[in-house]
Amino acid sequence: MSGGEQGAARPQVPLLHDPRFRGILAQALTALVVISLIWAAVDNAATNMRARGIPTNFDFWDRTSGFDVNQTLIAYSAISTYGQAFWVGLLNTLLVAGIGIVFATLLGFLLGVMRLSANWAARSFAAIYVETLRNVPLLLQLLFWYNAILTPLPAPRASLGMPSVTLTWPDAPSFALALAAAGGAFFAARFARSRAEDDARELLASVGAALGWIVALVALLFGASVFIGAPGGGVLHWGGPAGVYLNNRGLLLPDPRFGPGFEWVMAALALGVALSLAFGIWARRRQALSGAQSPLALVSLALILGLPLLAFFAAGGPVTLEYPVLRGFNFQGGVRVLPEFVALLLGLSLYTAAFIAEEVRAGVQSVARGQTEAAHALGLRAAPTLRLVVLPQAMRVILPPLTSQYLNLTKNSSLAVFIGYPDLVQVFMGTVLNQTGAAVQVIAVTMAVYLTISLATSGLMALYARRTAWAER
Amino acid sequence: MKHLLIAAGLTACLATGASAGVLDNVKQRGFLSCGSNTGLAGFGLPDDKGVWTGLDVEFCRAVAAAIFDDPTKVKFIPLTAKDRFTALQSGEVDVLARNGTWTQSREAELGLNFGGVNYYDGQGFMTRKKNNISSALELNGASVCVQQGTTTELNLSDFFRSNNMKYEGIAFATADEAIKAYDSGRCDAFTTDVSQLYAEKLKLVNPDDTIVLPEVISKEPLAPAVRQGDSQWFNIIRWTHYAMLNAEELGVTRANVDEKVKSPMPEVRRLLGVEGDFGKGMGLTKDWAYRIVKHVGNYGESFERTVGENSKLKIKRGLNNLWSKGGLQYAPPVR
Amino acid sequence: MAERTTPSFLRTEPSPVLPPPVFAGGAVKWVRENMLAGPGSALFTLVGLAFIVWATPGLVRHLILDAVWTSPDGVACRAPGAGACWSFIARKLEFFLYASYPRDMVWRVNLCLAMGAVLAVWLLWPGAARKGLGAALFFIVYPVAALVLLHGSEALGLPKAPTDLWGGIFLSMIVATVGIVFSLPGGVLLALGRRSRLPVVRFFATLFIEFVRGVPFITVLFMANTMLPLFVPASWSPDRLVRPLVGVSLFASAYMAEVVRAGLQAIPRGQTEGAMALGLSYWKMMRLIILPQALTVVIPGIVGIFIGLFKDTTLVAVVGIPDFLRTVETARLDPAWAGPTISTTGYLFAGAFYWVFCFGMSRYSLMMERRLAAGRKR
Repeated sequence: MSGGEQGAARPQVPLLHDPRFRGILAQALTALVVISLIWAAVDNAATNMRARGIPTNFDFWDRTSGFDVNQTLIAYSAISTYGQAFWVGLLNTLLVAGIGIVFATLLGFLLGVMRLSANWAARSFAAIYVETLRNVPLLLQLLFWYNAILTPLPAPRASLGMPSVTLTWPDAPSFALALAAAGGAFFAARFARSRAEDDARELLASVGAALGWIVALVALLFGASVFIGAPGGGVLHWGGPAGVYLNNRGLLLPDPRFGPGFEWVMAALALGVALSLAFGIWARRRQALSGAQSPLALVSLALILGLPLLAFFAAGGPVTLEYPVLRGFNFQGGVRVLPEFVALLLGLSLYTAAFIAEEVRAGVQSVARGQTEAAHALGLRAAPTLRLVVLPQAMRVILPPLTSQYLNLTKNSSLAVFIGYPDLVQVFMGTVLNQTGAAVQVIAVTMAVYLTISLATSGLMALYARRTAWAER
Repeated sequence: MKHLLIAAGLTACLATGASAGVLDNVKQRGFLSCGSNTGLAGFGLPDDKGVWTGLDVEFCRAVAAAIFDDPTKVKFIPLTAKDRFTALQSGEVDVLARNGTWTQSREAELGLNFGGVNYYDGQGFMTRKKNNISSALELNGASVCVQQGTTTELNLSDFFRSNNMKYEGIAFATADEAIKAYDSGRCDAFTTDVSQLYAEKLKLVNPDDTIVLPEVISKEPLAPAVRQGDSQWFNIIRWTHYAMLNAEELGVTRANVDEKVKSPMPEVRRLLGVEGDFGKGMGLTKDWAYRIVKHVGNYGESFERTVGENSKLKIKRGLNNLWSKGGLQYAPPVR
Repeated sequence: MAERTTPSFLRTEPSPVLPPPVFAGGAVKWVRENMLAGPGSALFTLVGLAFIVWATPGLVRHLILDAVWTSPDGVACRAPGAGACWSFIARKLEFFLYASYPRDMVWRVNLCLAMGAVLAVWLLWPGAARKGLGAALFFIVYPVAALVLLHGSEALGLPKAPTDLWGGIFLSMIVATVGIVFSLPGGVLLALGRRSRLPVVRFFATLFIEFVRGVPFITVLFMANTMLPLFVPASWSPDRLVRPLVGVSLFASAYMAEVVRAGLQAIPRGQTEGAMALGLSYWKMMRLIILPQALTVVIPGIVGIFIGLFKDTTLVAVVGIPDFLRTVETARLDPAWAGPTISTTGYLFAGAFYWVFCFGMSRYSLMMERRLAAGRKR
């Protein structure tokens, strides 16, 4: 003990009743029990595996797999290795999880806000949706969707075809006219709006603006030729050989092949992103200084979409489409979206959206009512109140459970095994495990992958939470 | 000590404690533990009353008859394709009669021994009649449903690769899911062992709209398997099948076995245990083969009853006919 | 002198009382605020009403009017225009309930289910008497009794019913019950471990919880199925049903631990300090002071875990256990019943079954939440 007089003053405690000793003893016992359990398990496993001739190393990783997978994001065939099969499965998992997260988030936020809507129809729809989907097992929903997708769709020969759409460069005068129509409508609408003095006129102005936009869009789509009667004008052509098909083998789309000159389009895209970022910074600074707002969304859209589009036409349309063609049993060529993928995506997104909606609702409700009232008092309408005042505050509450919903979606994608979508579990823990017999290694690797995803996400989340934590009062 | 040395000398990879043989365990337990299919018509399938039927099931009953003189002393443990070998290796089942293919790696790497081949099978395809094809070589570009994790999946890939054809394989965890997907039109063809094709065909909504294509793209000798390291038990498994074959060859059936005991033919007398004691070396009684035929019947009877003409499957004998009738089934003599 | 006259603009009597505004109360107000608050709202309401008007007749026809109620096989269900095939459910109900369990022994299953239901109601009923006894019965006596009853015991004269015959709804119930029975004590222990002052204990508890929560349930089931037999001596060879049950228990415990931990964190520090000041030992303090409060606070969370667990029981099919959903899948394949509406009928029935249980539990949890909140209001 430290400090002689203190030690002398302390009553003599039997060793067994000394809390520190007891703590150490308890820990030692726990460690002993856990470690001996693990040791016994490992020892048993080693004995059993040796006795049963189960491989204990990773030699299989580089061996030829010998089986095919029907959706591969990287080059893979039956002469590839088991290791490559692992990557194929992992990428397929990440693909469905990534797209599923985007869909689930959009739908979940929409439903969450709808649940709190003043409108009865919106409120009830969201409530019925959430209460139904949350309380039915995901597996049942997946099987249902898979069945619901496969049953009504026709065989390849009777595919539902969609007419192809081709893009052509309009002749200069009609393009100029389309641009002029769009610009004119835009400025006319803005002018009408700026002159609006009361509600009725403002409403009229909005309607006018909307009409103007529609006119501009139509002018752009069909080309000014429609209005001036010049043949051969126009941006879009319908008809020709069908490029999109739907049947029970999936959704077939034309496969874009990028020719020379496409790098200019990519460069334009990068430039657009960079410029819109710069514009965003500038606009924020301007608002901070003068309070003037800038049409950030509009300008960004124009930069990010418009610049590459201009570059695309300037480079002479450097993308050719490879169309799917019916040959024998199936379509050859093109890109195919598997029905299993669609069913899995649909099931995961719809199911997770129900949970996200509840998190969003809880988050929005956690924002004090005074915030909404204050925003209304400042003259903000319902939508800006939600967007600018309520949601940013609700996000602090929503974000942690939202992250765990994302992780749940990723983990639930392993249910792919029930409907034959080649995800990590189906390809690696299913086929590879069976072909190699290396159960322990395969299961360990699979679990490690999911664990890494989970821990990395939670780690990032904790970091973010610390940075945005409320200042304690 | 001597016991241990012998055991150690027998094999390097013993699954369970080798001191007591499998036969002793089975006798002590009072029933045979037989790994069977989870449900495959003709090979291993419980009927409405929970009674197991099928070719593999009858094989296990024959083993039980040889040991206990009672074909009902079997416990059937349904196993999926995934965990069948683990169940055998771990000693959960004594014998695995679950339409398993005899391959080199399964003997050399998994430490199994395969007994007599009780069904010569091969992988085939079935497809819809309206596709209008008569050969598997016309399947270029087709979507094929397959059960994952079997040699089937590998053979499928090999077949299309060696014939320079393209295909889309959709792998399902169970045969049920695969056949349902085929039925719903997701695939143009379904592939598995030919014998199973006939069984799975019965599950289709319109079985008559589907044909089995003639090509057999692989060799699938189906045989019951045991763990390595107990030759006595291995002999029992192997010779149960051979006894059934010999009985068919000698014309001994379940109906006439009691008369055949009085037969003057030396081969029949040896088989039925009237002359000599051939069961002793295997730890069985001398009338072991008599018991098998009496309770289960000979191979031909069993075949016709479970998968052949008298069953729903109606599979022809083909390769599974006796060697003397143009097939491959050939049993070494009992002597 | 002019007579004093009353100015004509002065009222001599009070004006009549106006009726209250029509739009400020009652149904009209509700409709105005909830259905017609603006053009967007009105549009939404119209779309919703149109959908109801459009969907209802079709649904009623499919589910009731055109449905096939009595038919010995699938012929009537295959007729064009036939709706839901309820006779398929009726004929297969026994299979859905018991799968391959020997039919002459199903009274044992029924008895088990009834006992479980009685005990569950006892435990869940707010304010029921002697809950401690109920808990002891449910968590200790009931599992043993159910095991003996279902599996059979030669000593009691009950013939054996091996686990490979078990299946259907009752197997789903078993999986869920086992998960509940093991996850509560397991979760409490793990939560205490994670909040322990002893670093080694905390380390192991955290490791386990984070590991299990980080991986999909299916991989845990796979692990339990293929690796558990490797981890124990070869002679044990765990039963094929026991393996996924171990997986379910471990999985549910880890999730339960996090819920219980939230409850422990919600108990003010003063409670711990008070208990320590009274000289209670750690375990006494937990048993008498902390846990009763902490568990009450998180009853909604616990019920949430049960709901998740009940839904997750469908996944045991991946290791070949024929749970309820798997029996529906099997029945769907029966060629005798093949028809266009069989799959949807089967899924509808299964969906309704799971929905009733899960929705009921979630309502119960809501009710408990309100009761707890009422007790806490100041």
